[in-house]
Amino acid sequence: MVSALLGSSAFLFLFLTIVVLVIFSYPSFIVNGLGFFTSITWNPSLSGSVVTVNGIRSMSGASFGMLVFFSGTLLSSGLALLIGVPLSLGIAIFLSEVAPQRISNIMSFFVELLAGIPSIVFGFWGFLVLGPFLIHSVEPVMAKYLYFIPYFGGKVYSYGLPASGLILALMTVPIIASISRDAMAQTPIELREAGRALGLTDWEVTRKIVLPSARTAIAGSIVLGLGRALGETMAVVMVSESAVNILPKTFYYPINSIAAFMAQTLDSAFTDPTKMEIYALVELAVVLLLITTTVNVIARLLVRRGFITSAEHVVQV
Amino acid sequence: MDHSNVRSPEGAGDNASPTLSVTVPAWKQPGVISNHRRRVMKGRIVEVLAVLCILAVLLPLGDMIYMFAYRGLQVISIPKLTTITVGSASFVSGGLANAIAGTALLISLAAAITIPIGVLGGVYMSEFSNDSRLSEGLRFAADIMAGNSSIVLGYVGYLVFVLYFGWGYSAAAGALTLSILMFPYVFRTTELALRKVPASIREAAIALGSTKTTMINRLVLRFALPGILTGIILAVGIGLSETAPLLYTALFSNYLPSGALFHEPIGYLTYVVYVYSQLPSNGAHDLAYLSSFLLISAVLVINVVARVGLRKLSKV
Repeated sequence: MVSALLGSSAFLFLFLTIVVLVIFSYPSFIVNGLGFFTSITWNPSLSGSVVTVNGIRSMSGASFGMLVFFSGTLLSSGLALLIGVPLSLGIAIFLSEVAPQRISNIMSFFVELLAGIPSIVFGFWGFLVLGPFLIHSVEPVMAKYLYFIPYFGGKVYSYGLPASGLILALMTVPIIASISRDAMAQTPIELREAGRALGLTDWEVTRKIVLPSARTAIAGSIVLGLGRALGETMAVVMVSESAVNILPKTFYYPINSIAAFMAQTLDSAFTDPTKMEIYALVELAVVLLLITTTVNVIARLLVRRGFITSAEHVVQV
Repeated sequence: MDHSNVRSPEGAGDNASPTLSVTVPAWKQPGVISNHRRRVMKGRIVEVLAVLCILAVLLPLGDMIYMFAYRGLQVISIPKLTTITVGSASFVSGGLANAIAGTALLISLAAAITIPIGVLGGVYMSEFSNDSRLSEGLRFAADIMAGNSSIVLGYVGYLVFVLYFGWGYSAAAGALTLSILMFPYVFRTTELALRKVPASIREAAIALGSTKTTMINRLVLRFALPGILTGIILAVGIGLSETAPLLYTALFSNYLPSGALFHEPIGYLTYVVYVYSQLPSNGAHDLAYLSSFLLISAVLVINVVARVGLRKLSKV
């Protein structure tokens, strides 16, 4: 009986999260309305005067729009998948099909270790090593030779989008690679043998038999990786260069993500006497919760067999 | 290629004679061989690409470990580990004792809250839950919580514990937020570990007249222990690595925790990396490097214990 009660705390925690976020974002929903989703300006307007609209106090001239952070979240996560998915599939193929068992075990350990590295340490490394490398050696070369592709020309400004995307790609790799590897390793031996008997080479067995039979789990793992990238906070804080009130015009602009902006801004929001900036930040939290929840539900539907989830991929005893 | 010249099924006697006269099997004909070689070469190229993929990921990991180990070992000393941080902004000196003690306190408190809830909840899911829709719902809720962004959880902790409960920035607020973060991992892995205990063991216990409670306590939990411990250890690793949920619940403090759980901010290692790496002083940077090194070492130890040590134990 006690254990049933404790098991239900999963509901309790989720319920608590939703209720609290809804209550504290309600004033922002009322005051900012649709402009919250379409405006690129985030300005608490602390020098303005306090006005009361519909019984809710806010600063005159204040504007809270999420578009910069929303677009930054999508762009950085999209770039992360663009880089991370082929990388992860290559690793999964290496671990499950190419490498001998001993080497595969050792490499698996390191890939899973990557999942355990604190995201702030990832970000610190990005800030010290990856960002400077990109801005000095990679971005200028790209701007010089790829200028004819839209958004790839122009001035090199910052670590910004490329560094965020790369760091996020590295963080999604362990999730996608380890789930895909397990799914590929579960391909029935009969199917592989049938392929070999028909004269397929190693790669053709992988390409035509193993990958198709694991494709739902692979799709699910990609969506889970996307969930991780969308919600990632501290690594993006360290390398995105925290854009505010400006949308990226080229590949090399600074960006910001919803999670990163939330982490950086709450303490300065305390100075808003009407608390409207806090409410608006909580509305950002609601948006982020909706995004990550949707993504996780999709992942769950995709990975039906064995219901691998982000909680479970951590442990394969 | 044309298969008719390899063999002709059952009709060997009648008009199939021209094809049977071919003595070189199809797969040994010149065109076929070069085709086969091309297919094998394709496989080799993919293998090389796969190796490059794993190198592309291991290189950053290796660089990360090497750099922080190098810088961390340059800085590390007994005083850096046993004295508290002094100063702020551009004049930071002293050591990390406050952050180390704070992290230890936060993690122990969070684990003390989340382990009983998570493990007993997992026992319910595996052993007592007859209502599959309820347990499916609970699983779903736990998955959503695990996929939730940690800063969103940090906001919830701030709004509920710091503001609504009026605990202020405190060890209690930080630890409770961390325990909610760690809960789904303990909960789900416990259930998985219990489900892996063979039915024959349960049946043997019941056949010998044991009650369900005795069976769970004496046998099932014992067999599932390595799996449960793995989940707990990895959950501790996840809690240890988090920054975002603590920023607005534990805040930070330059002083050693006094033991007060409420109304007293508390330090932790990840904050040092986040904030001190941005400060304009060498003293601050040194502490950020040292803190990164300590965090990476802890994660490494946790992973080795969980994945290598306990995996061996579970096979005995």
